[in-house]
Formats: sequence, structure tokens, C-alpha cells
Amino acid sequence: MNEHFHVLVIGAGPAGISAAVRAAESGGHVGLLDDNPAAGGQIWRKGASLPKPARMWLARLNAASVERLHGWHVFGSPTSGVLFAERTGLASPAAEQADFIELNYDKLILATGARERFLPFPGWTLPNVMGAGGLDAMVRGGLRIKGKRIVVAGTGPLLLAVAAHLAHRGAQILAICEQAPLSRLRPFAMRLLTQPGKVAQGIGLRIATRDAHFYTGCWPVAATGRGRLESVTLQRRGKQWELPCDYLACGYHLVPNLELPRLLGCGIHEGFVTTDKWQQTSIPGVLCVGEPTGIGGVELAIVEGQIAGLAATGRVEKADDLIQKRTRGQRFVRALREAFELDPRLRALPLGETLVCRCEDVPFGVLRDYTSARDAKLHTRCGMGACQGRICGAATEFVFGWAMDSVRPPILPASLSTLAATGARGAHDPSNTTSNQNRRDTL
Amino acid sequence: MHEHAHNSDTPAITLTVNGAAVSVAPGTTVAAAILISGSPTRISVTGEPRAPLCGMGICFECRASINGFAHRRSCQVLCDSGMDVRTL
Repeated sequence: MNEHFHVLVIGAGPAGISAAVRAAESGGHVGLLDDNPAAGGQIWRKGASLPKPARMWLARLNAASVERLHGWHVFGSPTSGVLFAERTGLASPAAEQADFIELNYDKLILATGARERFLPFPGWTLPNVMGAGGLDAMVRGGLRIKGKRIVVAGTGPLLLAVAAHLAHRGAQILAICEQAPLSRLRPFAMRLLTQPGKVAQGIGLRIATRDAHFYTGCWPVAATGRGRLESVTLQRRGKQWELPCDYLACGYHLVPNLELPRLLGCGIHEGFVTTDKWQQTSIPGVLCVGEPTGIGGVELAIVEGQIAGLAATGRVEKADDLIQKRTRGQRFVRALREAFELDPRLRALPLGETLVCRCEDVPFGVLRDYTSARDAKLHTRCGMGACQGRICGAATEFVFGWAMDSVRPPILPASLSTLAATGARGAHDPSNTTSNQNRRDTL
Repeated sequence: MHEHAHNSDTPAITLTVNGAAVSVAPGTTVAAAILISGSPTRISVTGEPRAPLCGMGICFECRASINGFAHRRSCQVLCDSGMDVRTL
């Protein structure tokens, strides 16, 4: 299959949906691609009652003339203006219906979202130790947790939201452990007073989880169990205690999904895609919105998405109000970053035998002898497994200070038949593409 | 979506995980069905049992063979009646 779009949006979370909806107003051919089976991204995931803005934007998307490609992921870009995508779910039984698609675009809006940051600690590879958003997503995907004992840990505003949702589903929340000390959270709460909506949200969540202990400056140092999680050891102010539980939902805030922006050669500064007033990246015709430009939450994502949707279709005059809203949202980005900065003591959690790379089972004790991600990768296979460093990359960046700045196509595992199909189209073999710099030269 | 697989107003979907029947509510992901079956999703290269970590298609811990298609991220695939799921 081969299709052409005036505007192609990658990622159907709040940023991508709002971008696609506003772009579609222009009447051009707009596409929206996402690897999940339904629109909404992670934050507006089905399986729970959705907040009002979510229902409103999903309704607008349903009413808009947008071609939806759910259950597809981008794995390569052979040349400027072209992306290769493969079906994420099951390949179609009908042989003539391709599971590979070549997408051509005039303008591309990247709304690839964020993932949780995971930090290695003894026992974190045990079944039933998941991300905070991870367990939430599994529950929205049908996992039953009624009556289960759950510890929620890590950092970020997501923890309270997850705990409230799990409690609402009948789980017993034993503890919520926020690694940030109260002294950092207080100024964060003060800043939020300028945004009353967010305060009400926070207070509401706190009430919903009032039976749980909420600890600050607290984190899990070990998870134990035979074959699956049985208990968690928590630490606070030098004191440790063990808590038997069924699930540990632990995520250390969010890191942006930068694989596709990197593949396309977009300029990145301090871990985020750089954009101008109109969400334009350093690559002409490629815009970026939402968490990859700075972790700022849903409201900012919707504002950025709309600006990009308007800008990509030449209607910047409609974006004045949005640009003011974006400035306010960017203050929230800074407040979040300062409040939930990771405690350096979290670097000391892994023991020698603690696995850091879960795909290739590379332990901390082996990795600490290396000086860069590249060096470690070449000698230990750290980051070379199926996830391609998506999980261990953020961990080694924090624990060792290693930069994760390289990406190679295919950016997600693609089947051999798909790679053969890309070759049959006369495009060059994606595995031959080398560094970002080379890519930039070809674009 | 409901916690209960056998809600009276939503007919359950029955699939098999490593040959054993599992009933789930419509909209359930294959990853959740594997966990409900009590099986790990995969065995790691050093022999550890693993289960989903991220729940959103990033970590690849949930990959399984579904209807003969190998290495599918099972958290990104919804259950269907009669599906044959095999863990690695």
C-alpha cells in the first residue's frame, strides 16, 4: 500500500488528536497513525470513565475527516517525506491486504508521547512489578485487581492518579511512595495555585486514596518473591520496612519517545525536541507536539497539537490565544521538572547482580566497568534486545550519565517479509542507514 | 469495561493460552489474558519468568505468539474468540 497525506500525524494521544482535528478543518487529506488499537494514547486510554476534555476531543476526532490508522507503527523513513509502517497487531489473514504501508506526506506532525522511566533495583524484573502507568494500562486492558494489595511508587503526578483509579477498581492501596521530599513538593503545590483546575484535581485524587499511606522521600529498595512479587522493601529516612503485596506499580515520571524525531534528524536539546513558535522542528515540514517537546501534561499537549494543526495548514492567524496558553503551560513544565527531580541516592539502588537491560539480561555489575552506552552496547549487548534500549536507556542515562543519542532503523522490530517489501519498492535497505548526521544530509 | 469477565450484559470471550481456556471481557488485551491465565509472558535469556512492565508497547516483555504470529506485543492486541496464544 502507498498513500499520500497533506498532513500526517504520528501518535493518537491528546496532542496528536488535537493536531489532526485542527488540520482536518482545512479540508486537506489528514492521516492519524498510532500503534494502539484505539485513539486516546495512554492518558485517554479506554477502560475507564474519561474526563470531559477527552470525550470532547474524541468526539471531534470522530466527526472530523481524518483517515485513522490504528494498530500501525512507523519503523523507518527511507527519504524525506516518506515513512514506512507495519501492522502492530495480527497480520491480516487475506494475503492481498498488505501489512506494510508506505506513507507519503507534505507535512508531518510528531506526537509520539512519552513512556515511564524505570530505574533498576533488586527484584524489579519479577512478574507483577510494573510501571505505575503500566499497571494502570493493564487494568484498563482487562487485568482484574479487585481486592489485590498494591504499592504505588516512583515519582510524578501520575502516582496519585494511578492510585485513585486502582482504588476505584477495588484494589487495596497499601502505600503511595513519592521519591521527592516534601520540601520540593510544597513549592510545586504553591505554583499550582495559579492553576486552580490542577489543584482541584490533586485534592480530589488525594481524597480518593485517603486510606493509603502517602510517603514522601520514600522509595522501594527491593522486591522479592518466588516466581512473582510477594513483598516490597521500602526505605524512608534511613529506615527500611517490608510490605507483603500483590503488585508494585513503580514508575519514575516520564521520558519522551524520541526514536522517530531522532531518525528524522530533528534537533534535540537537553533531551527534548526543539521547536519554534509554530511547533516546527529543525527539519522543514516536520512539526513536533506534546511530551517530546517537554513533559507538560494533557492541557499543554492539546494546545501544542492545535497550534501545529493550524500551522501545518497555513492558518497561523487562528493560533494567537493558543500561543498565550502555551506560555502558561510551559511554566508547568518547569515546575514539574523541579518538583520531581530524581534523588541522586536512587542511583545506588542496583546491586551487582541486578539486571539493568531486561532484554539481554545484562547486570549492573558488568555495566559499571564501561564509560558510554555505545561501549557497553558493543561489549555486553546492553540495549540491543527487542526494546532497543527504550527501557534500559533512560536507566543508564540516570545511573551512569550515559547519553542515549543514537537510533538505527528499523526503530521497531519489523518482520523479514516487511523488510523484503521495503526492498521490493526500490527503497534502500533501512539497515544500511547509519548516523543521525548522515540522515540529516539525505533530508 | 468491567473487572468481571462474566458480567451478564457483556458476553465473555474465550481464548486459549498455552492450550488452557481463559474467559475475558470484550476489550481485554492479550497481555491481560495471559496474566489472568497465571502464566508469565516469556522466559528471559537467563531463564527468568517475565510479565508486562510498561503496558504500552515499549518494553517488549509481553511478546507472545498469537494465532501463529510470533513476537506480537500482546498488550497492543485485543482478545478475540478462539484466539490461540502461546507464550515464549
